[in-house]
Amino acid sequence: MRKKLNTIEEGTILLSGNEAVARGAWEYGVHFASAYPGTPSTEILETIAEEYDEIDAQWAPNEKVGLEVVAGASFAGARVLSAMKHVGLNVAADPLFTLSYIGATGGIVIVSADDPGMHSSQNEQDNRLMGKAAKVVVLEPSDSQEAKDMVGEALKISEDFDTPVLLRLTTRICHSKSMVRVGPRTEVPVKGYVGDIKKRVPIPSHARAMHSRVEKRLEDLSAWGSECSLNRIEPGDTSLGIITSGISYQYVKEVSPEASVLKIGMPNPLPWNLIEKFISMVDRVVFVEENDPYLEENIKARFLINADGQNIIPIEGELNPEIVRKSVHPGTTKEITFSEIQLPARPPALCAGCPHRGAFYCLSKLGGSSTGDIGCYTLGLMPPHNALETTVCMGASIGVLAGIEKAVGREGMGKLVAAIGESTFVHSGITGLIDMVYNGNTGTVMIMDNSLTAMTGGQENPTTGKNLRGEPAPVLDLEKLVAACGVEHIRVVDPHDLPEMEKVFKEEMAREEISVIITRRPCIMAYRPIRKSAAVLDPDKCISCKLCMKLGCPAISWDGEKPVISEHHCWPDCNMCVQVCPVDAISKDMGGLT
Amino acid sequence: MKPVTNVIICGTGGQGILLASEVLCAAALHAGYDVKKSEVHGMAQRGGSVSSHVRFGEKIYSPLVEKGCADLILSMEKMESLRWSPYLAPRGRLFACDLEIMPMTVNTGHAEYPDVDSIIEKEGLPVTLVPAIDIAGELGNLRVVNVVLIGAVSSHLPIDEAYWKKAIEERVPPKALDVNLKAFQKGRELFGK
Repeated sequence: MRKKLNTIEEGTILLSGNEAVARGAWEYGVHFASAYPGTPSTEILETIAEEYDEIDAQWAPNEKVGLEVVAGASFAGARVLSAMKHVGLNVAADPLFTLSYIGATGGIVIVSADDPGMHSSQNEQDNRLMGKAAKVVVLEPSDSQEAKDMVGEALKISEDFDTPVLLRLTTRICHSKSMVRVGPRTEVPVKGYVGDIKKRVPIPSHARAMHSRVEKRLEDLSAWGSECSLNRIEPGDTSLGIITSGISYQYVKEVSPEASVLKIGMPNPLPWNLIEKFISMVDRVVFVEENDPYLEENIKARFLINADGQNIIPIEGELNPEIVRKSVHPGTTKEITFSEIQLPARPPALCAGCPHRGAFYCLSKLGGSSTGDIGCYTLGLMPPHNALETTVCMGASIGVLAGIEKAVGREGMGKLVAAIGESTFVHSGITGLIDMVYNGNTGTVMIMDNSLTAMTGGQENPTTGKNLRGEPAPVLDLEKLVAACGVEHIRVVDPHDLPEMEKVFKEEMAREEISVIITRRPCIMAYRPIRKSAAVLDPDKCISCKLCMKLGCPAISWDGEKPVISEHHCWPDCNMCVQVCPVDAISKDMGGLT
Repeated sequence: MKPVTNVIICGTGGQGILLASEVLCAAALHAGYDVKKSEVHGMAQRGGSVSSHVRFGEKIYSPLVEKGCADLILSMEKMESLRWSPYLAPRGRLFACDLEIMPMTVNTGHAEYPDVDSIIEKEGLPVTLVPAIDIAGELGNLRVVNVVLIGAVSSHLPIDEAYWKKAIEERVPPKALDVNLKAFQKGRELFGK
């Protein structure tokens, strides 16, 4: 039996960046943590909940609330951590920018997991810039050891300098594993709540003084940053000096082991004295950084130096050792023996048995489509459904649908509905629905309730009846919530019941009043079916009409003449292919269930 | 001794690639190496292409393998093995499970599943196809496919057999240990050096 990690108090273990942040939170005495799931940050809170009972950890309905509750806990003197993906920090930006003025009583670490390369995101924003705009300290680790250590540094900086600290990770840090020296937990007492209106109520007369403190704090921190171990010069060949941070540091060490390196572990505020010293040491400066030319622009503006950076390193996409080698040492790229082979793409697809498939199949069949949102159901855009046409950010499906109707009227809106998951609806769709009701919209909102925050790997949320630790929690009643927003026509339908699903779509799309369809069936990750059975094709009955292929089910492939149903991939509780077959060529033992 | 060994494990979401790379990392750690591994989670879990880079040696910086540098590629799916061929080092080897999983682009008629065997021949790729499904089937447990594949590549990496077995023991529930060790042994016997 594997031991829980909070029983291991010494040694060296292999941890991902996310696991290392969780470990750091434990070792450095964090009392309370809150987050909304978001790739690549999700495992931070999951690991805390699974391994470190000493930390009170919970899922928040969204990142703004996640940051607000940790802010309150900090006001009461607890050490706190809030984690989110990069775009989550946009949602939490409102508390962040003022929390910067208020400062920290118990240390505040805010983890932003950025996603260069957009492995699982809608944009490539660089939150070092957000940290600078919010005037908070930004730390950036280059491996798991630093990720753990920097949680400790962040808490100390936060308390010593009275500031929230942003720990900026990237996908490659979050999801890479490397060796971490671990230690025991240091308990830090919760200081207790003491009211202080001049510190925590930013009415203009208070906020002006707060802002002065913030500017002074940044100056002090910049001077401190030149002396601390977060930023360091690694002397080497002085003909080439590379300024770098985060994962890019590892690529630099890989391809330029001889070069002098200035490793920036604290990108905001920048350690001007140390940077000046480094620039004077080397003949040529090159900036190697992923995402925006943040270090380059700031350092060039300050010191007016000539240096290479974004002219040779791409701003778009993720870096890797090849790109850094090609950019910094052109002509030394590794010989490639086998050239690239053109292959069919293998994009992700809705799982076999996924409840969303029924909804998109019917929507597509009726010639309808959707304004979409962020979740597995964004895959509704893919063939064969082709039933999703917009995605902006969490919750935007509803506002976008409303705006289309405002611009072109109900006729122009055609057969569009809004498609949003239950977790995303709770996160930030509710206000969109209130807007639709308040401003007289007539569209249909489909809340795809699969009782799980699925795309991030299957997390609980306020509608699932469980909390982060899997303990029972009150269930948010979506029907009552929607009714309370002022929606009169609410339909709840099982999306696997295709005739009913189709009927409900037809009726609600025809209705010239606002309506909400809740498609309700649990995500296949949320339960284990008790029976094993797969759909069976009778090839003699099959007329090769390909209607079953319109489901886009990964368990059904086409052999050129007939469908082939994979017994291994077919989901036991699903019989949608049986329902669509017009000649009853597909059968399945459902054990009395439908 | 070669300073760094580079491995890529690839396949499709849900095939247990992350578990296989965990076993490799644990074995390399037991053998006393510095180890880094990297993979991307998220959307790809829904049946998309998945890969895990593992590097081990005396001191590792980058968690990512460079093109032209992989000593060994292990693919859990036949076509996916081809996707990573530019990463192979001049004397690298590629082991692939002979299982074909149709991508959605093929199912929807937007693409065709390629004739992998003839591509291997045409490109002269150093591919060894492993009938891991059949071997696992003979052992009576289709869940050990990955371990058959790990066994198949195990002697081609500079890690002693005992460390592999220790890594498997740590990750497998006690009642499944016997069949997993048999699977490892079978793969190692049939495809070992």
